[in-house]
Amino acid sequence: MTDRLRVDWTRCRARGLCLELLPELLTADDWGYPLSRSGETEPSVPRWLSAHAERAVVECPRLALRISPDPGEPGAGRP
Amino acid sequence: MTELRTPTQRLLAAAASSYGRHVQLLGPLPDVSGERVRQLVQDSGLTGRGGAGFPTSRKLAAVAGRRRAVVVANGAEGEPASSKDRVLLLRAPHLVLDGVAVAVRATGATEAFLYAPDDLADRLQDVIRQRADPVGVTLIRADSSFIAGQETAAVAAAEGRPAVPRSVPPMPFVSGVRGRPTLVNNVETLAQLGLIIRYGPDWFRAIGTADEPGSRLLTVSGAVFRPGVYEAPTGDTLAAALRLAGGAAGSVQALLVGGYHGAWVPWLPDTAGLPLTRSALAPYDAAPGAGILVALPRRRCGLLATAEIVAYLAGQNAGQCGPCRNGLPTLAGQLWELATGWPTTGLVREISRVAGLVDGRGACAHPTGTVRLVRSCLRIFSADVELHRAGRCAAGRGTR
Amino acid sequence: MTDALWYFGRGTGVTVLVLFSLVVVLGIVTRSGQPLPGLPRFAVAALHRTVSLAALAFLTLHVLTLLLDPYAQLRLEDVVLPFRAAYRPAWQGLGTVALDLVVLLVASSLLRQRIGVRAWRWLHWAAYLCWPAAVAHAIGTGTDRHSGWLLTVVVACAGAVGAAGIWRLVGRSFEPDIPVARVPPPTGLAGLW
Repeated sequence: MTDRLRVDWTRCRARGLCLELLPELLTADDWGYPLSRSGETEPSVPRWLSAHAERAVVECPRLALRISPDPGEPGAGRP
Repeated sequence: MTELRTPTQRLLAAAASSYGRHVQLLGPLPDVSGERVRQLVQDSGLTGRGGAGFPTSRKLAAVAGRRRAVVVANGAEGEPASSKDRVLLLRAPHLVLDGVAVAVRATGATEAFLYAPDDLADRLQDVIRQRADPVGVTLIRADSSFIAGQETAAVAAAEGRPAVPRSVPPMPFVSGVRGRPTLVNNVETLAQLGLIIRYGPDWFRAIGTADEPGSRLLTVSGAVFRPGVYEAPTGDTLAAALRLAGGAAGSVQALLVGGYHGAWVPWLPDTAGLPLTRSALAPYDAAPGAGILVALPRRRCGLLATAEIVAYLAGQNAGQCGPCRNGLPTLAGQLWELATGWPTTGLVREISRVAGLVDGRGACAHPTGTVRLVRSCLRIFSADVELHRAGRCAAGRGTR
Repeated sequence: MTDALWYFGRGTGVTVLVLFSLVVVLGIVTRSGQPLPGLPRFAVAALHRTVSLAALAFLTLHVLTLLLDPYAQLRLEDVVLPFRAAYRPAWQGLGTVALDLVVLLVASSLLRQRIGVRAWRWLHWAAYLCWPAAVAHAIGTGTDRHSGWLLTVVVACAGAVGAAGIWRLVGRSFEPDIPVARVPPPTGLAGLW
């Protein structure tokens, strides 16, 4: 069961702390918003980055990040 | 009870101006238990008619197990190229409300809302007043924005808040209106429910495809002789759909299938015979969606048409999510340049790059849908890009 | 002995004032979303938190010392309930108010994930009540209120906070995303077809 890093886009304001704390997974898009380096919209968080990812979640000033397991269903629940 | 006229006049034949006439035409709503309703819906194979095509029985099941559920009938129809919900609410509002009552029964809901365009509100309020449903329906006025009809925007509207999408999870069926499990269904889906409950799943499945049975409402517009709302069995061909609307008015080059978040399908002898189904249209990244078809004539430039639509979509973003808020206007500007300026290879590459930045990065499907249209345009109208680069245009109009 | 307690109480108090002034400055920088030279944004935020905890530690020492000092006449209840102390109740009370607010600020920050961003931000505005109360308390309760060095410290702290405030108000918006390109207005989609 992979963990994925998910962004609540209605909260994110491109404050950029996550980019500093998780440069392995994230980079800035043209407008400063976190962009997954892997090409997936929601990058999977490998075990060795777990602690850093959790730190990014806690440190986000907008509480816009979340880590949750991948249910394995592509596009699950998209309205 | 009058026999419904022809197989493809189901919803549209249920037109009734009053509750009395409605009951006279279709009979009273049968009293069926919630569990029976869910069984009937599952057997019928009804899928959502709001665009996503999700199996209705699964949506019902997701909400039915929970307490204090809410039903929201979504008739907001923010899509400019779609009029089917409006027509349905004008012609057969009682059938829609029957469907709401059935959904209430199926989910054990204690509250119900009808979310409909502002200008229909007074009429619909009268319609609601004629009824004596166990769970009264509250009318919510929808504004005319594109995004107002989105599922979580509908939930927000039912709460009395601005109709903008919310992040999911939690999904509405878990936590929707005021934190309660909420079923959001398109008004056409609910109208179909109102018929299934009377005539049964076998009747429903008698027309249409096995995967998505029944009839569907189509809004056909553009270069056709009689643009309007029509009803057809699911799986009917694109050509049949245009014939319903009086046939093509002039030479058609492509169809916009699925609305502004859909895709272009070139109009050729091969494609005209394609059924309006997800699988048949998959090569074009198109889907029936909410049954929207717009015929683009040869005298109109496909690039310009797309640029106009994307400019509209860019202006319709809710302003909540950075990639969408920034990316869509950027794409709109780029497409405008593509259509009216000088389409360099660099520009085409940039459009693809920005589209990739925007795709899937937002709280709702607005950025994704817009990107679908943009990518489709680059594929289907690639020849036009070449022509524009040579200073010409297939539509015969100057590009600069 | 009591002299030593009084001086220690005084000393820790001044330290608390300086530290909390630094906390406010760091808080303003954190909120601005700007990094500092050598300090990325997450580090500015972390420093803000660390210094506030250090300030809280000194605040604890300050209060304990004064509880033990007979000259201060401080009762336990005066630590949380303001304006009822025997010695300079008004000025002392401001210190109590500041302490109560510090507790609120720290507790709400520790529970930020639980209470959510909106509630947390609303509560955190209390910092702008807390710091002036602390400054007033420092000036008012001191036997050395007219001494030059205390005034210098207070002016320096106020100056730093004031400068940070002005920098923040006058500076450009911290939202880093680039201003959006103007969308060409649709010429009327009805005419499209």
